[in-house]
This record gives sequence, structure tokens and C-alpha cells, in this order.
Amino acid sequence: MSHSPLLERRARAAGLSDVLEAVLDGRRLDREQGLRLYACPDLPTVGALANVVRERISGDRTWWVRNQHVNYTNVCNKGCKFCAFQVKPKDPRGYVLSIDDVRQRIRQHLHQPITEVHVVAGINPKLSFEYYLDLVRAIKEERPGVCVKAFTMIEIHQIARAGRMSVREAVEALKEAGLDAVPGGGAEVFADDVHAELFKAKLDSSGWCDVAREVHAAGLRSNATLLYGMGETVEQKVTHFERLRELQDETGGLLTFIPLAFHPANTELDHLPTPTGAQNLREIALARLMLDNVEHVKAYWIMISPEIMQAGLWYGADDIDGSVLREEIVHEAGATTPQELQVRELVERIREAGRRPIERDALYREIERSDENSSQAAGGAA
Amino acid sequence: MSTAPVRPRIDDIADAVERGERIGEEEALRLLRHPDLTELAWLADRVRRRHVPDQVVTYVGGRNVNYSNVCYVDCKFCAFYRHADADDAYVLPNETIVEKVREMVAAGGTELLMQGGLHPDLKIDWFERLFRDIKQACPEAWLHSLTSTELRYVAKRSKISLRECLERLKAAGLGSLPGGGAEMLPAKVREQLAPLKETGEQWLECHELAHELGLRSSATMMYGHVESHEDRVEHLRMLRELQDRTGGFTAFICWSFQGPGPDLDTPAATGFEYLRTAAVGRIYLDNVAHHQSSWVTQGPKIAQVAMHHGLDDMGSTMMEENVVSAAGTTYRLDAVEIERLIREAGFEPVQRDTLYRRLTEPGGVGPALAAARAARESGAA
Repeated sequence: MSHSPLLERRARAAGLSDVLEAVLDGRRLDREQGLRLYACPDLPTVGALANVVRERISGDRTWWVRNQHVNYTNVCNKGCKFCAFQVKPKDPRGYVLSIDDVRQRIRQHLHQPITEVHVVAGINPKLSFEYYLDLVRAIKEERPGVCVKAFTMIEIHQIARAGRMSVREAVEALKEAGLDAVPGGGAEVFADDVHAELFKAKLDSSGWCDVAREVHAAGLRSNATLLYGMGETVEQKVTHFERLRELQDETGGLLTFIPLAFHPANTELDHLPTPTGAQNLREIALARLMLDNVEHVKAYWIMISPEIMQAGLWYGADDIDGSVLREEIVHEAGATTPQELQVRELVERIREAGRRPIERDALYREIERSDENSSQAAGGAA
Repeated sequence: MSTAPVRPRIDDIADAVERGERIGEEEALRLLRHPDLTELAWLADRVRRRHVPDQVVTYVGGRNVNYSNVCYVDCKFCAFYRHADADDAYVLPNETIVEKVREMVAAGGTELLMQGGLHPDLKIDWFERLFRDIKQACPEAWLHSLTSTELRYVAKRSKISLRECLERLKAAGLGSLPGGGAEMLPAKVREQLAPLKETGEQWLECHELAHELGLRSSATMMYGHVESHEDRVEHLRMLRELQDRTGGFTAFICWSFQGPGPDLDTPAATGFEYLRTAAVGRIYLDNVAHHQSSWVTQGPKIAQVAMHHGLDDMGSTMMEENVVSAAGTTYRLDAVEIERLIREAGFEPVQRDTLYRRLTEPGGVGPALAAARAARESGAA
């Protein structure tokens, strides 16, 4: 592809000429380059390098989705210190949505042209294997044709346990019930000491990757994430990227990577500061540069603010998530982003940032709509 | 896979900027429409380095005091003003203002940014007395106070010339002028935006006079309402031309209209537009040494990221803010948080005074930081 002499000059000044060459040749960056990119003071040039990869994959397109979130229970036995959403079993604040509750929530939004239902929740040992299957079936019955993107690797592990079966068998059963794709949460950071310190009861990194392998082997795509801002090191983050891209080499099942900014409010780690805008942008850029074999990188506007999301579209991101009706987990942790930012506004922000908004479904199939609901007109839905 | 989008190149402008040359209005217009944000960031950073070669990002310890909200001008973008007969109209007594200044000094602040509305009863002697009272109680407080609009109105109500008004206030302790009220200087857009306000020429005249009398000032731009890109460039041209003559502007600060307001139904401009406009401001206004970000209007995230887009100052700790928050935007940052934002972005924080003189070496603990740490500790205890 073509590139400007300006970018060459910038990369040279930042000591990143080798990274530019590798990026232009489509060669994989190594660990040392990853660490150098984390340390480079010229953040905009790091972003510009990530933008080369971003534009090679998506051009000036920016993907967004009309989706609805369902958090079916806040009861969780994992006790992760970074989570503000969980309550322990027997806590009076605990809730479980009945299958009828879930149906109700899906029906509430039937008038809106949602294409994806995103389902994640706590690890609640009281829930039966059948509950999870019924949950997926209920969504599909209420809204035939919608993509059900449900259950993190951690939940799938629990579902298999509840069904006293292998992960493979559980995934096949979920797929049979209508599961279309799997979200990327629960990976946190692939580092043993952080795992031991902050989320020791949860599946570790090898366990996460094992479940992901089974999901991909069943023909389902999944996302992957990195939760940053909890005191993890840049070395650990680079390792995280290395392990994910190895997994991707093996399965090809990862669809989108989402850097998740930690929100400390209302968690056990509330002494930690919230990651800044500059860090939000750097994590997006590093993900785009290191994960050469993952197609999409998301600037998740709910976590990083709509303003940083816009800038993120020039720092490596080609996806913003979407209209997101009912987002409970991040909001428990104090995110102040308006909960139901109008679709119109999201699309306009993409366009203002000089990008072309494309509405997609969970599997990145472009949604064609009549004028009234097209991504060009972007009216009506919110 | 898809092909990379074809977009206009700015290599010629980049070459000019790297050679240290000034860019023209045509180039500024191209940059304002250029979508590649990080290219603009890089060019803006080249210009920043001419003025601020090190990695320091400064901020000032200060307080905003709005001595009155009474105003008759009815600017369409303002949610702060009241008419004199409104129930919540106020004028702060001198003792209240002096007490606020004492609190500012105790918090390690140096800069008093005092602004209000255009109140028909407040004349030159009221301000002289107020300034003297403040300087007597707190000689270390720097009065960065009264916009051109207010000064002109005070002169008119007091039946004295603008020059005399400035001279008398300087003698009473005025240190410098804030840049507010510039909004958009070009006549056509200004008539739409603030028909009763002084003209752009009058704003420039007041700042030129102030510079002549040895009072420095800051230059501002409020964009994102009814103006075109050409209007923005024309606004910047007017500022650059004055600065070439006087060199009196310490800094440039832009912010987006915080709409929609009572009479102006424009949605607020976005973070992307802010970063682009601020970067172009830095590149075009090559004769203004410092470019300040506006966390009050843009929020801490974008204000911080702006340091990577050519800006070198995080503005004031502020302590109190009533005008922007009246339009619904509220953020609070103390010196601890401002320094964290600067450091996390890879820069070195230093507290400064109103004339951008650094109060410590990089790595030092300035008075605002010391006070903010103490306040946090006593708050935690």
C-alpha cells in the first residue's frame, strides 16, 4: 500500500522505523518492539502506525452495531477485586432474571432494529445447565434472527460444570440452542501473579484459552479482551498479546479484540485512578499493532468516553460497539457515559471523525436498511 | 481487506512547518479539514517544540470568581447571566471576594480570574476599590481579570476612555486580561452569535491597548456554533496579526460551544473536532508561545490527550467554576489530578504563574500540589 513520506519521517524521529517497515510488509512485531511502542513518548506516531494496519483491514470504515445487553445475574462466586457488579451468593442485593424476565426484556426493545443481544453475567452456581439453554432459546424465540452473543469463557466453563459434561459438549449444546458468538470478557490479563492477586477463583489464562479453543472448534467466533489499569505491567500486557495471537494462529476464531479500561469506583481497588485518555489511546494502538492476525479492534465508547472513541478511530480502532441498551456492569463501576446515547449521535460522531460508519451484526455482516433506519440516515432507533 | 482510503496529502505543509516557516490561511483551512488526526498532532508538536522545547506541561493555581451574574447582553450561547431584576441575580460583596482570594492563596493558587456580566451599577471606582482591597489582603494574588467586554462597559458607564479605565485598573492592581469574549471575531458570524456584544475590532482594540500599557492577555476562540471553517481561520488571522504587532498574548485557548444553549440549538462539537482545532491553532498561531487546553469544557481525558496534539498547558486548578457549569458541564480537577494527567501522558508537570514563569524545576513540588496533597490527606483522615 502507499504511505506518505511524512509517516516515514515521523517513524524515524520516534525511533520506530523498523516497526513501520514491519507494518508495511505485514510482518509480525516482536516482544521488544511491543515494549518500545509502550514506552514511546510520541503517542500520535504510535497511533499512526496502528492506523496503517487499521486502514489496510477496514479502510475508512468504522463498524457499529445496534445491540442490547442482558446481564442475567449479578450473583458470582469468583470475588474478583476489580468488579463492582458482583454480589456474593445469599447477598440480598443478588438477582437472577427468570427466563420470563429475559423474554420481557427482549420484548421491550422489539420496536428497535437490534441485531445483537449481548449476554454476560456472574458465575452463579445455583443456575442449572438447562437455564442457560433456555435463556438462549428464549431470546431466539422472542426475536428470531437476532445474533445471540453470549457467555464469556468463564461462564461457558461454569455451564459445562453445571451440565456435568465436557466444555466441547456444553458448547455444542449451546450452539444447538441458538448461540451465535461468544464475547471476549473474562480474559482480564494473562499474568499469573495478577491472577493470583486479583481474580484467583476465576479460570486462569490457560483455562481461558482452552475454552476458547473449544468454542472456535465448534465453529463459533469469539472476541478477546485485556482489562488494563489494575497495576499490571507492560511486559504482562505484551505477553497477553503474544498468547492471544498464538491462539489465533491456531484457531482463527477470534473476531474482535477489545481493550477494556478498568473502572475502579465501587470496587475493592477504588484507590486506583481511572486510566487516562492517553492510556486509552495507547492500549488501542498497541492491540492493533501486536494482534496482527485479529481482524477488528474496538474503541468501546462506554468505557473510554465518546470523545476518546472518536480519537481512537485514528489510533487503530475500527469498531465502536454500538447503541447498547441496558449496560449494567460498567455502570455499577461508575461509568458516567450516557446510557442510551442515540444511534444518530454515535453515527454522527464517527462521521465527524472523518470515518465512514457501517452498521454490522455480531459477525460483521453489513446491515442494509431502508432509508428510515439506514446507517446513513441513522434515525429512529434510539 | 480493503484498499486504504485516498485522502489529501499535507506533505507540503509538513515541509514548511519543519523548515520553521509560517503557514498561510489556505493551508490552515486545509488542515482544519484534514481528517488524519495524528498527522496534525505531529505538526502541532513541531511548532510546540519551537516555543517549549522540553517535555514540560504547565498549569496555574487559580480560582475563578464571578463577581456578578447580572448582564443585559443576552448572548445566545450563555446559560450564566441573569437580568438585574431576576430572583437569583447577585453581586458579591468585597469581603466575600477577598475571602475567596485568601482561600485561593491558601490552596497554593496565584491567579484570580475574575469575570462577571455587564452590570450597569458597577463603575470604575467599584472595581478600583475591589482590586485594592484584594491586593491589600493578598498582595501575592495576580489579578487576571475582566474581559474586554466588561472593561469597555465599565469605561462607558464611568464616562471615561478605555485607556483611562485600563490605566486606573492597572494602578489599582490589575495584572493581565483574560481572553474571554473574543468568541468569534469576524463581523458576520459575530452579529449572528452575540449581536449586542462589542465588535471583533473592539475586542482586538482593547487587547492592543492593554498590550501597549504593559498588560499581557490571552487570546481565545469559541467555535462550533454558527461559524464556518473560513470564519475560524479568519479569527485566527486577526489574532496572529495583532500578536505580530504587540507580542502581548501569553497564550491561546480554544473551546467548543457548550450547546445547545437557551437560544442556540446547536449540538456540542466533539472531542475529535476539539483536538483538530487546537492542533491547527498551534500550527497557525506560530507567534503565541503557549497553547492551553480546556479541561473545564472538554473534560480531563481530551484535555490530557491534547498535550499530544501540540498544547503545552493544562490551564487552571480553578477551584470554582460557574459559567460553563451553568451550561451543564461539570468537571473538578485538583493539582494532584492535573499532575497525574500530565505525567501519565508522558510529560513533566510544573506549576506556573499567569505570565507562564515556572514556579519550580521539573519534578519539584509547587504550592498548589503541596496544598492539594495536604487537602487530600486531611480529607482522607
